[in-house]
Amino acid sequence: MDKQVLVIGGGAAGLETASQLAKSGIEVTLVEKEAVTGGHINDWFKLFPDRRDSKEVLAYLSEASSGRGITIHSNTTIKEITKKGSHFLYTTSAGNSLIADAVVVSTGFDLFRSARKEEYGYGIYDNVITSADLEKMFRQGKIKMHNGETPSRIGIVHCVGSRDEKVGNLYCSKLCCVTAVKQAIEIREHLHECQVFCFYMDMRMGGAHYEELYREAQEKWAVSFIRGKVSEAGETLNGRLVIKVEDTLAGRPLKMELDMLVLMAGMEMSEGGKDVAEIAGLATGENRFFEPADHHYANNLSNVPGIFYAGTCTAPMNITDTISHARSAAAEVVSYLNSEK
Amino acid sequence: MSKFGYTISKPRVIDYDKNDRSVAEYILERENSFRMCIECGGCSSACTTGKYTSFSLREIHVLIKRGENEKPKEQIRKCMLCGKCILVCPRGVNTRNVVFLAKQGFMKSDSYAI
Repeated sequence: MDKQVLVIGGGAAGLETASQLAKSGIEVTLVEKEAVTGGHINDWFKLFPDRRDSKEVLAYLSEASSGRGITIHSNTTIKEITKKGSHFLYTTSAGNSLIADAVVVSTGFDLFRSARKEEYGYGIYDNVITSADLEKMFRQGKIKMHNGETPSRIGIVHCVGSRDEKVGNLYCSKLCCVTAVKQAIEIREHLHECQVFCFYMDMRMGGAHYEELYREAQEKWAVSFIRGKVSEAGETLNGRLVIKVEDTLAGRPLKMELDMLVLMAGMEMSEGGKDVAEIAGLATGENRFFEPADHHYANNLSNVPGIFYAGTCTAPMNITDTISHARSAAAEVVSYLNSEK
Repeated sequence: MSKFGYTISKPRVIDYDKNDRSVAEYILERENSFRMCIECGGCSSACTTGKYTSFSLREIHVLIKRGENEKPKEQIRKCMLCGKCILVCPRGVNTRNVVFLAKQGFMKSDSYAI
């Protein structure tokens, strides 16, 4: 097939879509705004629920997308897209003007900027960190407080930037509960003496092997779960963190001193995605993610014929679902290009 | 007649069909956000009254909705209407108005006149 497709975004969704399209003999140009492809997976050490090294998945994606017919432009964004007849004309940030027969948008997500939940003190207290910061510590193999000491008690706050009208995000980010459980286990693996408490509103363990991981966290790793939304974090005179929460199941307010607080940052529509929505005239929904043409049977299709969606630019999803969504996007592109012949 | 120290315990069940939910309905008709609570306890956590007394707005919410009005009627007076609960609520419940309407509802309801 003598066709060309532009893929915007080189995370899991973009790389998998490119790989599948190339298998069908389509020429793919993939643009990635960062210096390297792989997206957020680069920032994660081990993946839920089986805690495999993220590098294994990155290796698969990079191998799959290194085949013939795929050209990757890193440090590149798209500045303009216009539809002319059945073609798309686009301009890259490098100033190149090119043509594509179809476009796949795989611009992914941004992690919620936790400093926006000011009451949790991210960026104010040294030992308040995010799930992404903790992954960096795991990668380095040491979990230390800001002063270099080893923490003896760590709290994890679920739903930071998710299910929260106050920050304008009504949706559940789906991955944070299982990430909290995974990270709680990893903390206990690294620091046998460290107590870990998860503060949750609901435990949403709806993926394959998630609930089992939750059980393992309780049974094998003695992680404690307290049901209540943390209302604020502060600092004691001796520099320890202190949180306020209602232990809703005990029916009483609870305060607890901690050495470290980990915020489970949710997922938001990426800034890069918003730019693409604007230049290409793509519809976004109430939650600001791209709005697919139909949520049941056309969730790779956009409001512009010939522009397709893959992955978390449409909704929060895990890597497994992202790869499946990318494959169905590739299938949609192929059938579209065949019908355009 | 000698009672031998025995008594018959009142059932602990929430008798949903027999309970009086008129106060809940009074609030719901006037403040739709009362429906939105997910019992996260953010309000109770932020609450100054709850820190020093057995006052939990989350608990009061759920008891009123079930028609278990005795405790809420007794407790609701403690609220100082400071509104910190509104600031933390992730579901956008107008908690202060709920308290206000609950007080009104109890006042209007004969059986729970304050």
